[in-house]
Amino acid sequence: MSLAKRIIPCLDVANGRVVKGVQFVDIRDAGDPVEVARRYDREGADEITFLDITATHDNRDTMVHVVEQVASEVFIPLTVGGGIKTLEDIRRMLNAGADKVGINSAAVFNPEFVREAAQRFGSQCIVVAIDAKKVSNPGELDRWEIFTHGGRKATGIDAIEWAKKMVDYGAGEILLTSMDRDGTREGFDLPLTRAISECVSVPVIASGGVGNLDHLAEGVIQGKADAVLAASIFHFAEYSIQEAKEHLASRGIEMRL
Amino acid sequence: MSSVAVIDYGMGNLHSIAKALQHASPDVDVQILSNPELILQADRVVFPGVGAIRDCMEALNQTGLTEVIKESAKTKPFLGICLGMQALLTDSEENSATQALNILPGHVVRFPEALKDAAGNNLKIPHMGWNQVHYSAHPLWDNIPQDSRFYFVHSYYAVPDDKAIIAATTDYPNTFTCALSQANVFAVQFHPEKSQTVGLQLLHNFLHWDGQV
Repeated sequence: MSLAKRIIPCLDVANGRVVKGVQFVDIRDAGDPVEVARRYDREGADEITFLDITATHDNRDTMVHVVEQVASEVFIPLTVGGGIKTLEDIRRMLNAGADKVGINSAAVFNPEFVREAAQRFGSQCIVVAIDAKKVSNPGELDRWEIFTHGGRKATGIDAIEWAKKMVDYGAGEILLTSMDRDGTREGFDLPLTRAISECVSVPVIASGGVGNLDHLAEGVIQGKADAVLAASIFHFAEYSIQEAKEHLASRGIEMRL
Repeated sequence: MSSVAVIDYGMGNLHSIAKALQHASPDVDVQILSNPELILQADRVVFPGVGAIRDCMEALNQTGLTEVIKESAKTKPFLGICLGMQALLTDSEENSATQALNILPGHVVRFPEALKDAAGNNLKIPHMGWNQVHYSAHPLWDNIPQDSRFYFVHSYYAVPDDKAIIAATTDYPNTFTCALSQANVFAVQFHPEKSQTVGLQLLHNFLHWDGQV
């Protein structure tokens, strides 16, 4: 009897619509985040993450509305990320029914923002999203750096040191995305995931690169992740969340089935 | 129509709780309230909370709701959730020792550092995610399978003086108290409002509970 590892489907949302080709045959409107969230909830998702990928001012209002609708019928933890820059952004999302917010580039530009947010709202709702990319050459000791602008812009910040700093500043959880693996379907960057998970005291969510169910299991077993996040393998309905959970359980991982 | 007051003292995700209560029992009038008189008029009271306990106690004192909570906890079905559970105890280690409401005698302590899980990995704090709840008989567990998983997120937990008021335990990796029951007061460390079917069932049970054990 112990704490279950979590599977977290992620929905990329632009202008209130789920993007990146959701292809469900059995729901009325596969682009409607509320319908998709409802389906993931039925299938046993442990949490749901919404990523606002446009994050413009107008779009923020739309996102608040989406969260409100989902929160009135889906009773599992909801995280919202993308463009969270101010305490007011956080307050609005929490009031709409989000349980946690993901802070990404705003933390890089102003680390104090994480401290202020954790003090105001509690660490339990502050997820710091880290986009890391390998910068060491083959043969050298592994080293990863923080990148911004969707992985295009290096910051010179060491990923492991950054993760520790963010936890010191009050992050309650780390969402770790490998920019080398994101979108490749080759699996998580396991050495990166493990390095971060072993150096911080808070839970780590592995993200970036999932192409099959074994990748999810490896993230937990080799990567030591506390939770695994994936988008496309669930959106394209290649696998249901339930199948994913059963697979991880068959690999000896504690799951909520 | 029976009514339930969700106490609003500026801490916590009140809307999530209110929405879950409404979903659990559409026939109940769910109100988010900060007015002491209106809270005392409600049939049932939910005392939620997230964040740090010192902020919680300060907010209760500033809003004058301390007495209302103590009064409600004597007279009507009362449900404390997460920090709303911890605040019912005598004191907490958090924020270098904070006095709490002393409705349920006992202490709130932090998970020890440097614990290992079964696989030998460092145990993460906060305890976050879905863990199994092992309960002893109480009307609030009706129609909930033994050892069901509920959603937790916390770094501190309650240690009651009187073990007889323990209503459920969870392992992380040591066994800790995750629910307390004393007459008309029930309190849970996990978040029923975020625990899907079993959580809604517990809320439904609370909304139909007469406060008798």
